[in-house]
Formats: sequence, structure tokens, C-alpha cells
Amino acid sequence: MEIPAALVTLVLGVVLTLVGLWVGHNVKMLPIDASSNAPVYDALFEVLFTIGTILFIGITGLILYSLVRFRRRAGDTTDGEAIEGNLPLEIVWTAIPAIVVLFVGIYSYDIYERMGGMVPLHDHMAMHQSLESNPVVSAMADSSSTSERIWGGIGQMGAADGALPVEVTAMQFAFIFHYPGPGITSGELHVPMGQTVTLRMEAKDVIHAFWVPQFRLKQDVIPGQPTMLSFTPTRAGTYPIVCAELCGPYHGGMRSNVIVHEPDAFDSWLKTNTPATVASAPGFPTA
Amino acid sequence: MTVASPPSFDTGLQPQGWLKYFSFSLDHKVIGIQYLVCGFLFYFIGGALAGVIRTELISPMSDFVSRDTYNEVLTLHGTIMIFLWIVPVVNGGFGNYLIPFYVGARDMAFPRLNAVAFWLIPPAGILLISSYFIAGAASQSGWTAYPPLSLTTPAAGQVVWILSVLLLGGSSIFGGINFIATVLKLRRPGLKLMQLPMYCWAMLGTSVLVVLATPVLAGTLILLSFDIIAHTGFFNPSQGGNVVVYQHLFWFYSHPAVYIMVLPAFGLVSEILPIHARKPLFGYTTMVYSIMAIVVLGLVVWAHHMFTSGTPPWMRLFFTIATSFIAVPTGIKFFNWLATLWGGKIALNSAVLFSCAFIFNFVFGGITGVALAQVPFDIHVHDTYFVVGHFHYIVYGGTVFVIFASLYHWYPKFTGRMLNEDLGRLHFVLTFIGFNLCFAPQHWLGLNGMPRRVAEYDPAFTTLNQVSSVGALLMAISTVPLLINVVLTAYRGKIAGDNPWNALTPEWLTTSPPPVENWIGEAPLVTEPYAYGQEPGNLDVSRLRGRDLWTGKQ
Repeated sequence: MEIPAALVTLVLGVVLTLVGLWVGHNVKMLPIDASSNAPVYDALFEVLFTIGTILFIGITGLILYSLVRFRRRAGDTTDGEAIEGNLPLEIVWTAIPAIVVLFVGIYSYDIYERMGGMVPLHDHMAMHQSLESNPVVSAMADSSSTSERIWGGIGQMGAADGALPVEVTAMQFAFIFHYPGPGITSGELHVPMGQTVTLRMEAKDVIHAFWVPQFRLKQDVIPGQPTMLSFTPTRAGTYPIVCAELCGPYHGGMRSNVIVHEPDAFDSWLKTNTPATVASAPGFPTA
Repeated sequence: MTVASPPSFDTGLQPQGWLKYFSFSLDHKVIGIQYLVCGFLFYFIGGALAGVIRTELISPMSDFVSRDTYNEVLTLHGTIMIFLWIVPVVNGGFGNYLIPFYVGARDMAFPRLNAVAFWLIPPAGILLISSYFIAGAASQSGWTAYPPLSLTTPAAGQVVWILSVLLLGGSSIFGGINFIATVLKLRRPGLKLMQLPMYCWAMLGTSVLVVLATPVLAGTLILLSFDIIAHTGFFNPSQGGNVVVYQHLFWFYSHPAVYIMVLPAFGLVSEILPIHARKPLFGYTTMVYSIMAIVVLGLVVWAHHMFTSGTPPWMRLFFTIATSFIAVPTGIKFFNWLATLWGGKIALNSAVLFSCAFIFNFVFGGITGVALAQVPFDIHVHDTYFVVGHFHYIVYGGTVFVIFASLYHWYPKFTGRMLNEDLGRLHFVLTFIGFNLCFAPQHWLGLNGMPRRVAEYDPAFTTLNQVSSVGALLMAISTVPLLINVVLTAYRGKIAGDNPWNALTPEWLTTSPPPVENWIGEAPLVTEPYAYGQEPGNLDVSRLRGRDLWTGKQ
């Protein structure tokens, strides 16, 4: 008895979907997550990975099946069937990708909003109002004059309340971190776990990029245009800060570390380092 | 209508024999071969540079070449592969050879402009490469030449780079104008637009992109050169310039450039598959419209290269959606090719193997591309090896595989002899394994923290980088059977005859190689270039349901 083609197609489709879901959920491609938006990112990655796996295996399977099943046998000089098209089929494979792409677009917009990407960073009125409550932050906001426009980056909802401001200066080939409150300048970024950190970044020479893979965050550091990035570390540890924009011969060596402390350990780090001199980056001008 | 052919075609003034390939020939077939051979020479130079990169990355330390040299090498590798290999070969090479045949003309619309367009390329290429030796230092700022880096690296090399790219852009524009004029104006009487082979549509779309986008790059690079030479401040932040503006202008050309590289490849695959599957091209009309959709969308997606630069949120959102939607017309084309294969009598020769591997690679690159279009995803992997893996899957796994497929498919027409199939399949296997071994691991590297354009990296990434380098070595080795094949069969290969594939498109309806002016007598009128397939009676198309297609039950 011949199994109906519709049934075969359905079963194959279900199996393929299950394989995609399993792969998306169980194959781990990303480094450890250490910021509050990393799990959000990983959720998006899982969705994209699942859809991608289903599509890729499906299309690869179709090619392989076609090449084997419809290969030209020796001695066969006839043609295939003269099928020039099929409108319903065309509509199906226009509509399905369109729907998938629309779904992915809306979903990633949602993810982006949850990461704080849609916060109007260069709207200074909004920023000032929320900053006033915190003396440290508003000190920083005052130092950047209101006429200055901050370009792009990832903000975070409610980031201003109790956020730790850090000024980042990138230059060939190092990052310098300045804590405007206690006046610490460091070559490594020390942050307390669970507290939102707001980086205000500017480059001195060429374009650099601040990237912490474990935070799933990256922002170009641009000369002449301050950029902003905020994040909340969630896992104590030491993670690499990588420059991700070609910045000259030592670009590959332009690395630093972000050290996420437990809150107590961060306080003691602050105390140890507050008297202006900085052990980890001597000789650097304060930004 | 016959094309007004310059009198020099008929006289003995033009060099004959092999010398004509070194002359200012006006014959579109000679120019096409000139583009192809010249492109392959630069491919080997660009490949050698890639070898330097992969050798440097075998170890996590910068220990093979100096850091400055490494940046020169990656800049030259990118520039050569894009501007001297892929763009000239898929546009100038196959375009010049095939388009006049397809429209039933005896030559391109502007033969002299055509020759000028080609002859701009060798000097530009030699200029670019010699900058390393003559100017003391080649450009070190990557093929993107972002200021302020490109303003601070050695000026002579950067200026030579700009000059060279301007020449190549000029060549590209001349070619684009010529293709538009030829397709629209030189069609044989009686041949309608919707009867043209798909490659004509691909070249028409590509040429529109070339003509619209390349002048923007030219203008941008001229401004950049003013900044370097005359110390103007267009892009120099210390003089009030804006570096992000450069990125907008640069990517306004350089994203369409991706489509300038892949659309002709789409066209070539559309020619190859029906012939070897012995079936009509599935969905001709939707294929044409999807090319047009890609052209339009391709012009409004550039800022997805700048999601981590200073771009406002609304712009990130708009470019995410626009970029994602390119997947729809692209997907239509891929499903149509799969449907073309379905139920065919597929010859498993080198041309088909490379074409199917193209579908495999490009689908993979397309999936990572849709992922990269999503701002939140891109913010993590932008400027990492994930992106390097992605775009090599598009331009190498996509376009270069198609160039190889096309070489196996049209070589009999170029020379009158068949390429050896055993060597061809060996070339395919080595290329396919080497390519995937080289570039698949790079996605993982990027996701886990390896930025692009680095000479040194976290030692944790050593093993996968070595795997990638082994893949690159295989790719280098794969060119050996190709070279042996091309050189040997040119003299000893099996005689192909006029139409070895039993094809219907007009280039096969003449001798191999074709005479000057393409046909003896009148050009054939081919109104159904894909009329393969068994005669009706065997099958009633109107009764066919989609499901039957997928299951092959008919």
C-alpha cells in the first residue's frame, strides 16, 4: 500500500520542526551570560537558531533528495516534465517567508526594547529629569553640557536611578575608565553585581568599539561623538573587554577586563582606590 | 537590425590569434575572456593574501607578519577580491560574453566604452598592489577605509588605494551603462523583454544598482582624499567633520555592492540549472519581479552595517525591517530553483554540483544574514568573525561557487573543448569541504568573542582557528585541479561541438567558439529560452497540484 504523499510531508515537517526546536534549545553556541540583557538576547538567539535550523535542514534535504531521486540515469536522454510554474505554490513560498520575517522582526523589536535600545538617548530633557534625583549622575550630566548630543547606544529603562556612571575613553590602544564620583581612573572596568552601570564613551583618536561578549553588548566609541551604553551585570567574575573596530596595528591587542564584584567587594575596591592614585593604570591622564 | 560594427572588426588591423587577448579588442567575447582571465589572476593574488591571514591566525600571537603588514594584507585581500575578482568576473566577464548573445546582438551597445572599461582594470590592480612596494606602505584601514583611521595611516598608500578604487568604480559604471543600453536597446526585433533569459534581467538589475550607487562611493572617496591631501575636514572630527557620515555614504554603495556581486550569480544559476535538469526554469515571472524587488530593497538597507555606530533608534528599526524583507524575494528565487530541480533529469556534473553547493552555502549565509539584520542580535556579533563567516558564505559560497559552475558550463563555448569531469568533481569536493571547514567555525568564534581584523586573539580560540586554516589550505589546493584542467583541456580536451548540453539559449546556437559577430547569417530568435521538458500529452499541467510537485508522484 502506498502511503499518501500528504501524510509523508506532514510527518517529515513535524520531525523537522522537532529537530529544529531540540537543536535550538540544546545546542549552546554562546558564552556564559553575565548581564541582565544577556538572557533576553539568548532567548532571541534560540528563536533565530531554531528557525534557521529548520530552514537549513529542510532545504538541504530537498537538494540532496532531488539530486539523488531525480539524477539522470545512464542512457536516459529524455527531458523532465515541462512545468513552467505554479502560482499557488509561488504564493505559498512568498507568504511563508514574509510571515516568518515579520514575526522575527516584531519579536526582535520587542527584545530590543527590553534591552533598552529604544530609549531616546539624545533627548536631554527626559534624561535630565530622571538624573536630577541622583547627585553623582547629575554631576556627570552637568559635565556633559546640555547642547552636546549623545549618539546611539543601548540605554536601560530606569537606568538613571542609582546607576553607576563611568566615563570611558578609548585611544590607540587602550580603554581608560574614569569614575567621576570617587575620582578613580582605572585601566580595567570594575562594576558591582546587580547595579546598573552607565558608560559614557568617547574616543580620542580613531573609532574603537567597546564589546563584552558575556554582556552581549557592543557600542562603537567614536571621536567627536559621545556614545552611551548601560547594562546591569548579573554574574560575578572577570570578562574580556574587546575592541571590535579596526583601530590600527595593535587592534588585536586592545583588550581589557571588566571585573564584576559582589557589592561588598566593590565597596572595598572603591575604598582602596579612591585616593586618586591608581595602581592598575599609572601615568594615564584622567579623562 | 544588425549592430553597427566598427570597421576594424572586418579589417586585419586587429591582432589575431592569442594576441587579440592583449589588444584593445572591441569584440565582446574577447573582452569577456579578458575580464575572466584577468579576474582569475587577481583571484590567485587575493587568495595568496588570504593564505597570509590564515597562516598568521594559526597561532594566537602576532608572529608571522608584522602588525602593519597584517593590516595591509587584510585591506588588499578585501579590495582585490571585491573590486578585481568578483565584480569584474560576474559582471564584466560573463556579462560581456553572454548578454549580446541573449539579446540577439552582434556586440555590446558601446564596444569602445566596453574595451575602455576592461582596460581600466589591469592598471588599477597593478597600482593597488604596487602601493605596497612603491608608496612604502599599502592602505592599512581595511577595505572600508573608515576615517579617522584612514586619515592617520600612511597617506601615500591610502591615496593610491582611493585612486585605484576610483578607476575600478569608473570601469564598473561604464560596464553598467553598456549593459543597460544593450539589454534595453539592442534586442533582436521580435524579442520581448519577458522572453529574455534570466541572466539579462539579473544584469539589468545589477547595472541599475551600479549606476545609482557607485557614483556615491566615488564622491565619498574623493572627499576622503581631500581630507588626506588637502587637510579638509569632511570626515575629520578634529576639524568638525563627522565620521558617521562617511559610513552612511560608504555603505550606500557598499551594501548594494553585495547585490552587484550576487545578482549576476543568481542569473547565471538560472541559466545553468534548467539546462542540466532538463526542465523549464520554474516561475520565470516571479523570478523577474524578485530581482526587481531585491534591487529596490537593496538600496534602502545600508545602515544595517552601522547598528553599533551612532544611529538613532528609529533608523535601527527601519533598517532591520527593510533588511529582513530582502529574504522574501531572495527566498522566492531559491524555492524556484529547487522546484526547477524537482522532477528533472539532473546531470550530476561539475556545473550542477557547484550550483547546488551554491544553494546550500547561500541559504546558510542567508539565514545568518536575516539573523544579523536583527539589531539586538547584531549588537553582539557586529565586527566579529561571525560576520566574516557570514559574508564569505554569501560571496564565496555564493558567487565564487557560481563562477566555478559557470566556468564548467560555458568553457566548451569559450574554447570548443570540454573540461575534464573527473578533475572537475575533484575540484568541487576539495573546494566544498575546504570552504565549509574554513568558514563554518568562524561563526562560533564570532559568537564567543573573536573580533574581526585581528592578528592576535584569545588563546582559547586556537583550535578552531587552526581548523579554519586547514580549510583554507584545502581551498588553496583545490585550485590545482582547476588550473590543470583549464590548461590541459584547452589543448587536449574532448571536442565539445556547438551545443554539448543540448541547450536552447542563443549562445549555443552558433559554433564553439563563436565567430566574430556571433552568428554567420541572421541571429536566431529565441522566444522561449527554457522550453525544455517532455511534450504535453504526457502530463496535463492544469491538473497538477502543488503537493504532487513536492512528492514527485507524477
